[in-house]
Amino acid sequence: MTASLTQTREPSPAPSLQPTGWLRYLSFSLDHKVIGLQYIVCGFLFYFVGGALAGVIRTELATPISDFVSREVYNQVLTLHGTVMIFLWIVPVVNGGFGNYLIPFYVGARDMAFPRLNAVAFWMIPPSGLLLISSYFVHGGAAQSGWTAYPPLSLTTPATGQILWILSVLLLGGSSIFGGINFIATIVKFRQPGLKLMMLPMYCWAMLGTSILVVLATPVLAGTLILLSLDIVAHTGFFNPGLGGNVVVYQHLFWFYSHPAVYIMVLPAFGLVSEILPVHARKPLFGYVTMVYSIMAIVILGLIVWAHHMFTSGTPPWMRLFFTIATAFIAVPTGIKFFNWIATLWQGRLALTTAMLFSCAFIIQFVFGGITGVALAQVPFDVHVHDTYFVVGHFHYIVYGGTVFVIFASIYHWYPKFTGRLLNEPLGQLHLLLTVIGFNLCFAPQHWLGLNGMPRRVAEYDPSFTVVNQISSVGALMMAISTLPFLINVIGSAFRGPRAGDNPWRALTPEWLTTSPPPVENWRGAPPLVKEPYGYGHSGNPIDLQTARGRDLWTSQP
Amino acid sequence: MTTAPITASEGSTTAESHLEHGHHPDLRMFGLATFLVADGMTFAGFFAAYLTFRAVNPLPAGATYELELLMPTINTALLVVSSFTFHRASKELMASRMGACRGWLLISALLGIAFLGGQMLEYFTLPFGLTDNLFASTFYALTGFHGLHVTLGALMILIVWWQARQPGRFTPQEHFGIAAVELYWHFVDVIWLVLFALLYLL
Amino acid sequence: MRIPPAIITLVLGMMLVLFGLWVANDVSLLPESASLNAPVYDELFKVLLAIGTVLLLGITGIVIYSLVRFRRRQGDSLDGEPIEGNLALELFWTAVPAVVVLFIGIYSYDIYDRMGGMQSLSMHDHAPREQLASVRHAEPSDQDRLWGGIGIRGSADVLPVEVTALQFAFIFHYPEQNITSGELHVPTGRPVELRLRANDVIHAFWVPQFRLKQDVIPGQQTVLSFTARKPGDYPIVCAELCGPYHGGMRSHVVVHNPDDFSSWLEKTAPPTLS
Repeated sequence: MTASLTQTREPSPAPSLQPTGWLRYLSFSLDHKVIGLQYIVCGFLFYFVGGALAGVIRTELATPISDFVSREVYNQVLTLHGTVMIFLWIVPVVNGGFGNYLIPFYVGARDMAFPRLNAVAFWMIPPSGLLLISSYFVHGGAAQSGWTAYPPLSLTTPATGQILWILSVLLLGGSSIFGGINFIATIVKFRQPGLKLMMLPMYCWAMLGTSILVVLATPVLAGTLILLSLDIVAHTGFFNPGLGGNVVVYQHLFWFYSHPAVYIMVLPAFGLVSEILPVHARKPLFGYVTMVYSIMAIVILGLIVWAHHMFTSGTPPWMRLFFTIATAFIAVPTGIKFFNWIATLWQGRLALTTAMLFSCAFIIQFVFGGITGVALAQVPFDVHVHDTYFVVGHFHYIVYGGTVFVIFASIYHWYPKFTGRLLNEPLGQLHLLLTVIGFNLCFAPQHWLGLNGMPRRVAEYDPSFTVVNQISSVGALMMAISTLPFLINVIGSAFRGPRAGDNPWRALTPEWLTTSPPPVENWRGAPPLVKEPYGYGHSGNPIDLQTARGRDLWTSQP
Repeated sequence: MTTAPITASEGSTTAESHLEHGHHPDLRMFGLATFLVADGMTFAGFFAAYLTFRAVNPLPAGATYELELLMPTINTALLVVSSFTFHRASKELMASRMGACRGWLLISALLGIAFLGGQMLEYFTLPFGLTDNLFASTFYALTGFHGLHVTLGALMILIVWWQARQPGRFTPQEHFGIAAVELYWHFVDVIWLVLFALLYLL
Repeated sequence: MRIPPAIITLVLGMMLVLFGLWVANDVSLLPESASLNAPVYDELFKVLLAIGTVLLLGITGIVIYSLVRFRRRQGDSLDGEPIEGNLALELFWTAVPAVVVLFIGIYSYDIYDRMGGMQSLSMHDHAPREQLASVRHAEPSDQDRLWGGIGIRGSADVLPVEVTALQFAFIFHYPEQNITSGELHVPTGRPVELRLRANDVIHAFWVPQFRLKQDVIPGQQTVLSFTARKPGDYPIVCAELCGPYHGGMRSHVVVHNPDDFSSWLEKTAPPTLS
């Protein structure tokens, strides 16, 4: 066996062709851990841009008249906010960021299947992000038609900004597809011998499902945007009713990607939570097999529900019925996951760490978003609240209350792994408190606004909604403030945080069975074969996690 | 796309690292196949759009879905034959007859180029232009996007044909370049058959 | 005497359900209901609100209870029980949501049917249009095709109104009276059928108090039918991003008593109409 050959000695460090200090984070590094952190840090930079844009929106909406920015700028801001947050923050961070960092550990590999493709995929992101943001400064400004870019509006707004928007989204879609191909190959084909699919940590399954969605759905968006750009630059009439085109076809094609995109944003979060909860609850993940099947069910159902975004677009009755039922049924596999997480907590020994508390806040908030989601799936319900602030509230509960909370939980959980240092817990809990209060204050009232007649994407509204909008804006301000303790914590702890040791949480998943931060090839010896990543509470645990150091761990593996 | 194991970038060539990484299979073909699934979905989106347009959006008076069939049928034949000639090239490669392999590769590339010529010819003789009506736009978008794929494929065939000059560049054991281009070429061929059926025959 | 946990759970569950029913019935989250369709909608809303409240509070309660009850005490580094799953439990929480979702689906189908959603668009396509034949005779039939719609259509004595949406206004045309107006005036108790067309980009016609919304799509005529119930002045809101002034694209629907409506018609009708 190869392992027995190598486990006895420390190999001498190999000469490296790549920068090794902090410079490698700015380089075309092929190390999956460097790329993962590049994704995460880059994502956070864009998160602050998107957050500032959200600040502009909430400031404008603090009064019922359009008085803060011009109406054109307002529409550019809401378009950029949506696009930045989806394509440059959430999708890259939960897929590319944590995926690249963790998946090779989980499959027992030293890198992704295609390291070079991986670096290419990452380096497509900063330029396309800058392209998107810089489009604000070109003549006519950035795209003004929302992140959905529905024609004919997107054909009539200033063309330069719209074309730059399309280019940028095409590049980001390409990056996403390359990433997806890499994850599929790594998870399906790159596992170390002896590691069966059903032994993988849940995040691998989540990423496999996500990547299948990316590979199947993103190309359709790319094709659609190519047709849209032809309509803009070559004056074809695919989506231009004046030339015999059909605008609803665009909506079908767009949502064929953009509904799965929601699952591309939340499935990895489901996976990350499945990693965090067992560690801090000291209990095995409840119902591993049903979790796997429910992920795959979500993938399949996720591909056949897109038209629920179009219930008021003039879709025929049978179509509305089909998509209502398919959409409502997604609640079943999703529900299974939530019940399993709660069962994981039940009778555990819960360490109330910031990571744990963020995960629990995620569970509650996502359940709320899920309930409003099932309601929205019902055509009669949707007909009233479609395209209103109810929908805005709903999807922020899904993507912010859901995924972004999980991103924070994951940062608190894996920061010791990234840096070898612990984050400050009291500061983390202050961050949690401010975020939970700010988030709910911001988005819960929006449901009421939508039910009572406030449409989304407006710069001005009926004065009777002023007070509720101001409450929402105060919540947004709190969310902005909440990032301060987070930033202080993350930056300060990198230099002054207490040493974490190799495995501060005494976790069993493979990324912890090495030093923190890990060496370039992840393990100095052979990778450990982890057959039970959630084997907490088993009598006679083969490893004494209290005393073992990361570098000792691989040697004791069978 | 490359599967270069991490050791390549680390410059380590010790026997130990070979042992350690030796079990990783070559995943480049798997990656390419996944990419082609994605590419196929782009076409699927186009086909779906075309079929929907056709089902619900009547053409303006005077426009028609009828197309001249002779030229495209010859084109179809060219592309199908080129798939077979490429397959033949692979067989010659497996038998280590590089001369014959290169010959068949060149024939495949020339057939692809002939297809592109035929496509151009068809474009120039069509009674409608890009923006004339919805069907015309869809027709040019679909055939154009496919033509782009054929152009890329023909170029790649010529590249592997050129690389195959060096003895030992491709062997029956190690021939990723040729295998990859072949898979891609068959994919482009299959897409064309679907496209031909939908655009010309339907 | 110790109360058995099963009884506590049962009592808590019953209280939760009662609370959910109370929220659904007594907490008003919706605007005034002013059309025949709105009470039907509100019925569905109540059911969803009750189920949602019970579910959300139940899960929140369990999570918070777990965090308190099962928190790790100082100095405790032991693991929890090695429970990896429980097939019966998992079947239970697969089946229960499936049944609930199925129930909601069937119920909302019924509501949708009562809102006229399952009516065929072509069924009554010609009934109200016979009267307009003279007005729009020259138009090709393709122009009159209905691509989608919502609301109960059809019975006799329909008031047809042609709605044109453009950046950034709605224009209402009463073909029978040849009235054109920037506001929609309708009588109570009489079915109204709006034929919606857009001139430039997609808009959406929404009256929150009617609980009805329909996209107005350029090139694709849609239809929205309703019967107003309560006299009053309600907002019409554009609910699809249509350009810079989207937020300002609002109008009013004024619901009159039938008598008031007749006098409004007389007052507004152009004098040339005999």
